[in-house]
Amino acid sequence: MRFFHLSFRYKIPLWGGGLILLSVLAVSAAMMFKAYEDLKEDVRISAEGLGGILTQTLFSPLLHDDVWRAFELVNATFHGGRTRNPIQPEMIFVVSPVGHVTVSTAPAELPMLADLHTLGGDYAVLARRLDAPIAGHFLRHEPGVASRVFFAFPIQEDSAHVGTLVLVYSKDVFLPRFRGLALYGALIGALVLAVLLPLNWYWGQRMARPLVELARRMGRAVHGGPEEPKRETYPYQDELGQLFQAYDAMLEEMRQKALLEKELLQTERLTAIGRLSSGIAHEVNNPLGGMLMALDTLRERGGLPEHAAKTMGMLERGLKQIQETVAALLVQARDQSRPLTAHDLEDVRTLIHPQVQKKSQRLDWRAELPAEVRLPAAACRQILINLLLNAVQATAEEGRIEVAIAPRNGGLRLAVGNQADPIPPERMEHLFEPFVSGREGGHGLGLWVTYQIVRQLGGHIEASCADGEVRFEVWLPLEERTI
Amino acid sequence: MNEAAGLALPVPDMKRRRFLSRVALAALLAPLAIPARGQENRQTIRIGFTPAFVHDQHALLADWRRYMEKRLGLKVEIVQRDSYRETMDLLRLKQMDFAWVCDYPYLHLKDLVRLMAVPLYKGQPLYRSYIIVPAANGKAGGLKDLKGNVFAYADPLSNTGYLYPRFAIHKMGEDPKTFFRKTFFTWSHKKVVEAVALGLAQGGAVDSYIWETLDQISPELTSKTRIVQRSPEYGFPPFVAHRDLNPELFGRVQHFLLTMHQDAEGAALLKRINLDAFGKGDPHLYDGVGEMMRAFGEH
Repeated sequence: MRFFHLSFRYKIPLWGGGLILLSVLAVSAAMMFKAYEDLKEDVRISAEGLGGILTQTLFSPLLHDDVWRAFELVNATFHGGRTRNPIQPEMIFVVSPVGHVTVSTAPAELPMLADLHTLGGDYAVLARRLDAPIAGHFLRHEPGVASRVFFAFPIQEDSAHVGTLVLVYSKDVFLPRFRGLALYGALIGALVLAVLLPLNWYWGQRMARPLVELARRMGRAVHGGPEEPKRETYPYQDELGQLFQAYDAMLEEMRQKALLEKELLQTERLTAIGRLSSGIAHEVNNPLGGMLMALDTLRERGGLPEHAAKTMGMLERGLKQIQETVAALLVQARDQSRPLTAHDLEDVRTLIHPQVQKKSQRLDWRAELPAEVRLPAAACRQILINLLLNAVQATAEEGRIEVAIAPRNGGLRLAVGNQADPIPPERMEHLFEPFVSGREGGHGLGLWVTYQIVRQLGGHIEASCADGEVRFEVWLPLEERTI
Repeated sequence: MNEAAGLALPVPDMKRRRFLSRVALAALLAPLAIPARGQENRQTIRIGFTPAFVHDQHALLADWRRYMEKRLGLKVEIVQRDSYRETMDLLRLKQMDFAWVCDYPYLHLKDLVRLMAVPLYKGQPLYRSYIIVPAANGKAGGLKDLKGNVFAYADPLSNTGYLYPRFAIHKMGEDPKTFFRKTFFTWSHKKVVEAVALGLAQGGAVDSYIWETLDQISPELTSKTRIVQRSPEYGFPPFVAHRDLNPELFGRVQHFLLTMHQDAEGAALLKRINLDAFGKGDPHLYDGVGEMMRAFGEH
């Protein structure tokens, strides 16, 4: 059944619509059946009433063979003309005890004295039924396919039976009236449907929309689609509302977990890289020191041919470059240092000033620092300088650079922001790894060193991009012990 | 002002207009008819109207009564009975002073009543009997073709509606009792026309004056019938008075009738029943009826 695979958006309104349609049809059918039965009953009651009156009044004229009087009596039923009223008989006639027509309101069809037995189908059948005495007050004769109903009443007083009164009702009049009723019922039904179906559709949509939305969101969550901003949540506290809340809570948990896992992974990676690089640096550093010392000794001894001295100079410069690089990898934050003061910050500002001026950039500097902060001054200076140098380089001429330094959460917060294009996500992931550089010519150690220092100080660093600004935020916990 | 309401049957437009102008005149004269105070005890005359005329047009009869009271200065009571027999009985019992009866009962009552006036219809005190059949019956050419059918008579004391057709059958050498398969009385000429028009009876005998008057006011009814035989002319149903009535009153009422057509209101009333005037009449007018009665041993 394809129907059962349909979305609730269609299934609920369709089910509802079907049920409404079914109820309206059932009620209409029941009402029409009732109306039809009522109409039949009305005809019976009317016939019985009319027959009762006519048989009483007809007795005397029939007994005296006053045909015209009898005719006037039965014809009085049509006083005011024949209408298409189903409870007015179509024709009335009286038959004699032997089955001859005594008088009729339609002499053309039933001429006076005609033998009912010799007339057409319905009449002959009726005549045969009338040959036997009528049991009860009247006899109802309704030939199956015929369009007429006959009611026959014996005209008698005491035991004198002078004839039988027959009232003929036409179903041709009966049916249009019923059709009128049916049409009326159908109209009312249509009206009810016209009101209920749109209501049902609206209600169904309303019911289905949150379900559909939830299903869509869950589908995305499962298939790991991009996270999207929360849309209008379901505002009611029913089961659906609870489902929404539970789902939101679950989603939030999943998001937190994923974030944590990602951070953990990055930290582990960076730690591994750090261990590896410092290990390599130590291994390289020892022979390197030996090589430089040997070169130094050789140069002091002198007497080397000129081109050998030149080569040695080249060697020495190369080795020195290696040493510098290795030294940079071997970040040592907790060296002997004095605590950070406001002077240190001013020094950094002064140091960076020429670079900023060169590119006509604007530097917003906000620093709130207590007289002395229990953080190593050299490390902090290096963090700040590294971030500022990065910012100056990344910012276009006449761009703006922002520095904000303030104590927060039992530590110090250093924030450096600058106007720049956002960092692409794939680079963001490896931002703090060594030898990753966004610029031509950069060796990519600046942020690595900064990261290492921050970690060694027990703090954390975050980079973010928003509204055309790249922002680095560092938080460093204050040290317990006095330096 | 009941004059207009008295027009119970539709009248063709031209006739109606002429008629209405006369009614308007009558209406102007009407206030004169209001009886003076102290006349409550004046003599009352009783007049019987029978189905020979328009006895079922009640408003018209009310107008007749008002007019007669005004002209005669007498209190007039109009007595309507559905059959000639009852009217005759009332005359016999002196419950009635005057009556407008059929010619046949007149002859029955000859010793009891005096001929006072005879209506002039189309200028003559004469009328006849029409044998009619339903218009759908195009074959029948006369009474002879109606043998074995259902036939409608008007009244057993009507000449044109009973005596003549039986006499005609008698003259054909048939027995009127068995000639038709079934006969019935409608107790009114108009209803004979209705019975035949409806097809209830395959034939009927009717007063020519009634049929022609109906032909003017209800042509849709008469058009459903067809005249297949016309009788010879007979004296028109007369106005009669009880023989015991004092001659002064007889003269007064007779004068009133004979001059009725001379004033506008009277002429209008006559016009409404499709008559021209009243003439003195002559008992010999009814000799033809007597002949027929003799044929059945009644005279």
